[in-house]
This record gives sequence, C-alpha cells and structure tokens, in this order.
Amino acid sequence: MSTSDVTDNTGTGAPLPPQTPLVGPADAARYDSRFSALASGTTSSVMRDLMAITEKADIISLAGGLPDTDTFPREIFDEISAEIGTDFLASSLQYGPTDGMGDLREQIVAVMADEGARARPDDVLITTGGQQAIDLSFRTFIDRGDPVLAEGPTYPGAAPCLTAYGADVTHIPMDDDGMREDLLEEAYRRLAAEGRPPKILYTIPNFQNPAGVTMSLERRERLVEFAHSVGLLIIEDNPYGQIRFEGDPLPTLYELDDGAGWVVYLGTFSKILAPGIRVGWAVAPPAVLRKMNLGKQAADLCSSTLTQRFVAEYLKRYDYREHVARVTDIYRCRRDAMLEALEARFPAEATWTHPRGGLFVWATLPDYIDTTALQAKALERQVAFVPGEGAFLDGRGKNSMRLNFSGVPEAMITEGIGRLGDVINDFVTLHQALNPGAR
Amino acid sequence: MSRVAVLKGGPSLEREVSLRSGTNVELALGRLGHEAIAIDADQHLVRALRDARPEVAFIALHGRGGEDGTVQEILEILKIPYTGSGVLASERAMDKVVSKALFRAADIPVPHGFAFSKEAFSKMGAAEALPEIQQSLGLPLVVKPARQGSALGISIVREPGDLGGAILNAMGFDDRVLVERFVPGRELAVSVVMAKDPWALPVIEAVTLGRDFYDFEARYTPGETELRPPRDLDESTVQEAAAVSIAAATVLQCRGIARVDLILDDEGRLWVLEVNTIPGMTDTSLLPKAAEVAGIGFDRVVADMLDLAALDT
Repeated sequence: MSTSDVTDNTGTGAPLPPQTPLVGPADAARYDSRFSALASGTTSSVMRDLMAITEKADIISLAGGLPDTDTFPREIFDEISAEIGTDFLASSLQYGPTDGMGDLREQIVAVMADEGARARPDDVLITTGGQQAIDLSFRTFIDRGDPVLAEGPTYPGAAPCLTAYGADVTHIPMDDDGMREDLLEEAYRRLAAEGRPPKILYTIPNFQNPAGVTMSLERRERLVEFAHSVGLLIIEDNPYGQIRFEGDPLPTLYELDDGAGWVVYLGTFSKILAPGIRVGWAVAPPAVLRKMNLGKQAADLCSSTLTQRFVAEYLKRYDYREHVARVTDIYRCRRDAMLEALEARFPAEATWTHPRGGLFVWATLPDYIDTTALQAKALERQVAFVPGEGAFLDGRGKNSMRLNFSGVPEAMITEGIGRLGDVINDFVTLHQALNPGAR
Repeated sequence: MSRVAVLKGGPSLEREVSLRSGTNVELALGRLGHEAIAIDADQHLVRALRDARPEVAFIALHGRGGEDGTVQEILEILKIPYTGSGVLASERAMDKVVSKALFRAADIPVPHGFAFSKEAFSKMGAAEALPEIQQSLGLPLVVKPARQGSALGISIVREPGDLGGAILNAMGFDDRVLVERFVPGRELAVSVVMAKDPWALPVIEAVTLGRDFYDFEARYTPGETELRPPRDLDESTVQEAAAVSIAAATVLQCRGIARVDLILDDEGRLWVLEVNTIPGMTDTSLLPKAAEVAGIGFDRVVADMLDLAALDT
C-alpha cells in the first residue's frame, strides 16, 4: 500500500484496510527460537484441539463451567449502571489501587464472614477473577521443579498454570469425603524424606472442580492440624462454597487455621454474582500479599475499577445471597436431572460422584475406555464433556470425565447424558466383543 | 485477482488445525493480490458460499467432511471450482483401507495389514481371529482408524495383550480400523504437484524427539519435531521416493497438491502409508517446509494450488 492511500483514507474518514502480513509459515522459526521457557511449556494437545469443536452452536456442551447469567435481574443491572454514571463516573474510568477498592475489600470481608471466615480488609487483594488469584499465588511460590500437592483430579484451569511454572505435582486421591488426608500425609512425608518437602498444597475443599466432592469436617480439622505440625502452606480455593444444594456449610480451612498464617484463601464473585465482571480475591498474610501485589502490578496494575464499583454498589443495595439462592435452586434441579439421567443411561460399570453443591459431576468409566477417544465419538453425536486427562498432570484420568450441569437446561442435560450413555455402551459392548474370554 | 472463498474450520476433529491452515492460506492469498473470503464450513456453508459468490474455493479443511469428498460434492453441485482432489479421489485417499487396496493392486509397496469394521467384532466374533493377526503380522503392530487424519486414534501395539485396547481406542475415531505391521524406519513426506506433468517437491523428514512416532502432539507443537530435508539419503532413494509418491497420487487420481507419507525402513525400502489430499498448511506442517526447502516459498504453493483448482465435471 502506498502512502497516498493512507492520506486519502484519513481524509475521508474511511477505515484503513489492515496491513498485509508478510509473515508466512517459513518465518515461524523466527519466533520459535525466541519463545521463553514458560511459553514453550504450553503445548498443543489432542484434548485441547478437540475442545475447539465444543464451542459450535449445535453441540450440547457439558464441557463448560458456565454459571447461569440469564437470571440476573435487568432492573438491578440498569439501576447500578445508572448509579455509577451519576456518582462514580470519573473514578470508575480511572486507574485504581493495585490491591483493589477499599470499600469493596471491606464488603469482601463481609462475604467471607457469611461462610464463617473472619479476614481483615488489609489482608485482601482484589484480583481479575479467581483465575488471577490462582496464577498470582502459584507465581509467588512455585519455581521450576518444585514439589506441589494437589487433589487428583485437580481444577483443569489450574493445570496449565502449574505446568507453566514447572510444578512437580503429586496428586492426592479423593473419595466421597474429599481429599484423602491420610494419603496426603503419606505423600508429604515421602517427599520430605527425599529432601523435597512440598512447597504448597492447592485444594478446593468445597464441591471440588472437577470431582464435585466436599472435604469432611474431620478431614479439614486434621488437614489444618497436619499443616501446622509440619509447616505446609495451603492454597484454599473456594469458588463454590455458597452454591450448596443441601446439608450444613462446613468451616473453611482459613477459619480453622485461626490466623496462624498457613492458609492463603482464594475467592471469586464469578459463581455468586457473575463471571463476566471478573472480580476475585486473595486473602493472605502480609508478607505473601506484598509479593502477590507486586505480581499483580506486573500483570495488570489493577483490576477493572468499573466492575469493582459495580460489585460494590450491588452489595451495598442488595443481599447477594438472594441471587445465590436463585441460582442454587436452578443448579439443584439441573444436578438432579443429571444424576437421574446418569442412573438411567450410563452402564453399570460406570461410577460417578453425587455433588451436594457446585457445578460438576465426575464420572469414572471402566479402565479400558479412553475418554479422549470417547470424546471423538461423542462429538459425532453432538455432545461434549471434559476428558479427565486434563485434570491430571501425570497422565492419569484417561478413563474419567467432568460433566457440567450448571450451564445447560434440564431437557438438554437429559438428552446429552442419554447420547453419551449410548456412546459409552457402544464402547462397553465392543470391548466385550474384543475380549470374549473376559465376559 | 480473484475472489477466493477459503473454507476452514468445520465440525471435524481437526477443526483447530484447519483454522491454522486457513489463516496461513488467507494471508498468502492477500499477498498474491486475491480477495480472500474466510468461510467456516459449518451447517450454513451452502448459504455462505451463495452469498460470497467466489470464483474459486480454496479448501483448507482437514479430516472428515472436508477431506473425504463431502465438501467437494457440494462445490460440484454449486459449480464452484475448488483446490485439491475431486470427489472420488478424496474419498479414496481418506479411507486408508481403500487406498491401500488400490496401492497394492498397482504394485506400490504398502505394509501388510488387515481391516476390520465394528460389525466384524460385534456381530461376527472377529476377536477370535486376533491371535492369527498377531501371528501373521508379528509385533509391534500399528492400529489406525480407517478414516481420520493427523494421526488421531493411532497407536502402536508392542505387547500381545494390548491389541484389543488399541482397536477399541481407534474405533472412537472411526467404525473401521486398520491393523498393520509396524515398519520401523524414517518418516518421510513427499508433496506432489499433480500438474499435467506431475512433479515432486523436496523430500522432508519428520524427526520426532522422544516420541514413538509422528503423532498429533508432535505434529502441531513447535519444537517437538524437526522437519528437515533428510541428510545422507542417496540420490536413487530420493528419486524413488518422488516416483512412488507420484505413482500413489496418480493411482488415486489426485488433483492439485497432495502429500504422500512414507517410511524408509532400515533396509532402505520405501513403504507408502497414506496420501493426504489436503496437506496441512500450518506453521509446523510438512508442505510449507517442502516449499521453503525448494526455495519457492509458501505463497507460490498457494498460487499453484489455486491454478490447479477445477471441477470434476
């Protein structure tokens, strides 16, 4: 393009056409040789590529983790938006402090108190979604090769962070009462005996993503006691604690730690309000918080002041727990639909968890079924899930799957699980045909 | 200058790869002075093609639907000339069982193997014949879905007890699978330009680092595989690789540019594994590498493919 074209376009106000990129495949090596170790660690995988198809509109996706955003009242949204325009326009368009808006930090302390966790506003760092809180806490503690403990399976969204920072993850198995505390102690002692005591434990005690199970009170108490006795730092991720369908709430690890400073707590408004506002937080001892603050300065200076203001004004005017109760009712019905469909359509050899809250069911299939191959077949039937492999960093989980119930209406859950059941039953039948002796 | 519809994405398992190929093609078309219109080959494809009114369609789709004759048939109906092979050649190349039978009939060397449909196992007790297969082919074996690209669903069986599991896994990707003798050796690829006088681009070798074979991750992760012109190959082997590749693409009646995957075994013999009628055009793909080695560049390859665009009828 010649310079005169540019001048002409500027004169008429017509949009400039994009420049023609001169970079072809042969130039890729130019970048390959420069990628950082951190960027090189993130690779292509069959699973990730298969997930690209699940975004197509005609697929029943049980793969997402999407909260319901249809039920947020429009009047409330309009009212708060207008209020921001009237009273907070300039400040909501301005940079804010790295640790977040002061009044919102106080409100976050109140939200945490609703779950029994008593923090101080000064201990709160507001982050851009819970995901940033995870990233900042990992970045603060993990060097390449450092031993880290996490549930097995762990949050699939934490897996790329752990990989990027080079964590050497030991997965701790779970049962219906959450992470097996005895196996955690065993793993800790083994690693410590090797001279490599784990730097951190990353855990989601409530309605774990992806397993859907919840750590029992007894195990919580023993875990905190153990952490205190050996000096194990716990990163407690609690995005779903308030999305409880039945049973009594359990104390957070942060509460049980009782100010001893062995728990870094991560929270988010994604599930109790809406994920699009991208407001989460971390609560940590001052020395840790300073490091996380520096990390956040490098990452994005501050989280959006506009959405922080939105949350603050919302919390000032309304009881967020009414919204939580509304979505919890919706999710409970969807969970019931999923469990009912699983019972009706999955083969006898399959097992799955019965979450009492949260967003996910974790299903385990016979060990001869590879759920990545199953996903290929399921996508032909227009249904998707998350293959379990993505929730492990050690190649396990190949015969398991995460099923989301929060983002899909009941009828579609029933249909989707039905199709998935057919595909799995096909595999089971085929396996039996392939192994005539094993019947 | 032409209006060119670049068909990419689509519902195939190789959607993501196709999007990467398509983007590279669009950019090249722009540099060549053409107007590129990107179209996602989804359920609205026919309407999108009617609206776009392209003079020619560049198919950058991989795998089922895009590479197996389906999209080609649609373009035949709409009378839009398209790049790459026609309907029948696409179908033949996509199905490894069919193409292998055609290669064998034409005396093109292929590894010994057997094909099974799901029905053979579920209705005819084919599992009883697995020991005979292992005996006849020996270990290790390769199990492949008949119709699937990018090495998805392929596994190598080294232990006698693992064959059933490998077949089950492959059947996730297609109802028919191929069980083949595993030919250890070097993985070569020859891209052939099916002009009036077909000719071959330089041989490229895929050297995988720390992996069993050139699998999906090795194909699309920078740094996992080194693509390079094979060192220390004698001229006669290079000539033979080109000749056998052109022969394979000719047997299938391929058009445009096709890529032939070969194994050069330890005794210096060449074996044809498969023909790809829509070679990958990503940054880590073999055809772009061959163009670079040939010194003609990626854009010229895209231009050639466009020149060879046609309709069957």
